[in-house]
Amino acid sequence: MGKTLTIQPVTRIEGHARVVIQLDDAGNVADTKFHVHTSRGFEKFCEGRPAEEMPRIVCHICGICPWAHSSASVKATDAVFGVTPPPAAVKLRRLMQAIAYVSDKILNFYFLAAPDFVIGPDADYSVRNVVGIVKAAPDIAKQVVHMRYLGAQMLESVAGRAIHPTFNVPGGVSKPLTEAERQELLKGARELLEFAKFTMKFAKENVFPKYMDAIKTLGVIKVGYMGTVAPDGSLDFYDGKIRLMRPDGSYDDFAYDEYTDHIAEKVMPWSYQKFPYAKKWGGFSMDLDNPVGIYRSNTLARINVADKMKTPLAQAELVEFRNNFGRPAHYTLLYHYARLIEMLQNAEEAIQLLEDPEITSRDIRVKCEPRAARGVGCVEAPRGTLIHDYETDKDGMIKNVNLIVGTTHNTAAISMSIRQAASMLIKGGKYDQGILNMVEMAIRPYDP
Amino acid sequence: MAVKVFEDWLNACSGCEISILNIGDALLDILPQLEFVHITPLIDHKLFGQTGEGTPPAMDIPEAVVGIITGGIRNDEYKHELEEVRKKVKFLIALGSCACYGGIPAMANMWKIDEVFEKVYRGCVTTEPSPTPEDPNIPKWTPLCQALDEIVKVDISIPGCPPHPDWIADAITALLEGKTEWKLPERSVCDTCPTPREKKSLTGTVKRPLENLTFNPDEPLDKMRCINEQGFLCLGPVTLAGCAGKTGVPRCIQARTACRGCFGPIRKGAVPMVDMMGAMTSIGLDAKTLVDRRAMMNRYIGAHGMLKPIPAK
Repeated sequence: MGKTLTIQPVTRIEGHARVVIQLDDAGNVADTKFHVHTSRGFEKFCEGRPAEEMPRIVCHICGICPWAHSSASVKATDAVFGVTPPPAAVKLRRLMQAIAYVSDKILNFYFLAAPDFVIGPDADYSVRNVVGIVKAAPDIAKQVVHMRYLGAQMLESVAGRAIHPTFNVPGGVSKPLTEAERQELLKGARELLEFAKFTMKFAKENVFPKYMDAIKTLGVIKVGYMGTVAPDGSLDFYDGKIRLMRPDGSYDDFAYDEYTDHIAEKVMPWSYQKFPYAKKWGGFSMDLDNPVGIYRSNTLARINVADKMKTPLAQAELVEFRNNFGRPAHYTLLYHYARLIEMLQNAEEAIQLLEDPEITSRDIRVKCEPRAARGVGCVEAPRGTLIHDYETDKDGMIKNVNLIVGTTHNTAAISMSIRQAASMLIKGGKYDQGILNMVEMAIRPYDP
Repeated sequence: MAVKVFEDWLNACSGCEISILNIGDALLDILPQLEFVHITPLIDHKLFGQTGEGTPPAMDIPEAVVGIITGGIRNDEYKHELEEVRKKVKFLIALGSCACYGGIPAMANMWKIDEVFEKVYRGCVTTEPSPTPEDPNIPKWTPLCQALDEIVKVDISIPGCPPHPDWIADAITALLEGKTEWKLPERSVCDTCPTPREKKSLTGTVKRPLENLTFNPDEPLDKMRCINEQGFLCLGPVTLAGCAGKTGVPRCIQARTACRGCFGPIRKGAVPMVDMMGAMTSIGLDAKTLVDRRAMMNRYIGAHGMLKPIPAK
């Protein structure tokens, strides 16, 4: 056997991972593995907790997307208690999730992904980072930091906390929105939309055209997709049915509580993270030429499964995107492009919600009664479909939990993209830090 | 000259790092003063060499003046990294409640490792029952989820889930000024909470938060009755203040929700559960009527032996 290359940590992603590339005697790639280093055991330690506490506990799964976990969890607890939250509460939950998403997408695009594209994939690591961006484009950096701050301030003005929120509660939300708060948020949301428009234009002019060769080759795999669509087929981050699309574009739609009919998870000895796959597609194989059962989640997956976007500017971008790349689009780096289309939808949706007079209604929560039941709640987190499945005893205490979170759906796909990128880039024992960074560039699209 | 900083997240969620990035416009002034030699979410520094030729577990950890570690210790690699970082930095900061007290993941300390893995890999409805993952390239779980100071000497603790950027900036500034100690003022969340108290519970028994608090949304918090006195558990009396920074009102209270103790105990060595039961009794609230008492009162502080498996009955 040839050399073993250990890339750790995988950087500019959220999480803990090691990539091991095994070379053969000729210096070509014999094997690659994506090792996820951590498991925290949420499914176990949630047992015994009162169901109403769950949104406050499981939001801690992720510090980047706590609002998504809070939403999925609160929907599962609504279902457990058998309650339907008042319309204003649902609108407020949607609003907070939308604002948080815009912030996430700014973070991912500018802090995590941009150094590869703006500074360059093979630049030295000491400059290929956000500090390099600050030096190269100080005005944009200033705006980015300001917009992140604005997003956090908007969330805190209503919910006290931007990270690990307590605002979503079973049956509704913890407090109504006042008219003064609504006016203030509307100003902020309009600023976020302008910035989303700027970012899309900036990326279409300065980033994507320059990297079209990389987009067409790096990390490309042909697998299925998962996302959530509203009854009219438009992309919905908060509610709808789950759509599971095969690589050829055909798909099945199913309700949340039917997820166990469609998804199963493998466990591999080399990773704490499980490998979900589509149960009805005839097995599980990560073979690059003939993958079986593998699907992807996150931005590109969502805009592939959706018939359309929900808002006008995002829809116009989707039409242009599909004209260029088709449906489903399989190029992995297009996750970054899809992310910006989603940022537009979330910013537009935040404004729509805030212009709806019902959002300041005082009717924001229904009372819950403990009971024995099972409830499944799902939303689209930045990294993909969240599935929270809770079962309670007669006192409303949790006795069983199943969680499939955004990134987990992508375990197999990430593993495949790594293999594809490494095999393509490392030949005859030739590699350097720039090449290894390009392997990581095949992972970063899957981040929040 | 910029101060060298080593930052890494261990058994954590990244919320602490996001909290730093949420500092706002001041971030661009602070960044040039710090030279990060390692920070996973931002800089591509690798622990096994920039071209991956190192041999685990020997980590390439650069020297730095300040080490900032978020997350607790859950596996042997985190433990090893922490011990190595300790050797290479002058000051070690435990940032966030996972690093200071184990945090939410330390709730797993209520079970033995085998029980946790039995559930995760053999007891979840969509998971095909399988052996627990085991491979030279993934670290083994340590028997407990621990706080950093259970393994090495910690110079500065900044708790919070997440910690407030005010305190992060404050602690780092103190170090830059040559101070060697820093800690949050010993005040309780109640000391910074505007809700009026009359030292008497309205209910006697603890209500579960299955309905909202009683308040008028048009009125400020100083018109809303104390949450404990309304009959809902609020850990304000036994929790360190500071979640909203130097001047703000406690964040969960702003959302009209109760405190669950994310900043941990007010002073080292305190036992919040005992103190809270005393606080409840003093207003006539029956602590025995609180459901899931042990986990509720130790939610963020399960390291240091605060949460353990319950002996079989």
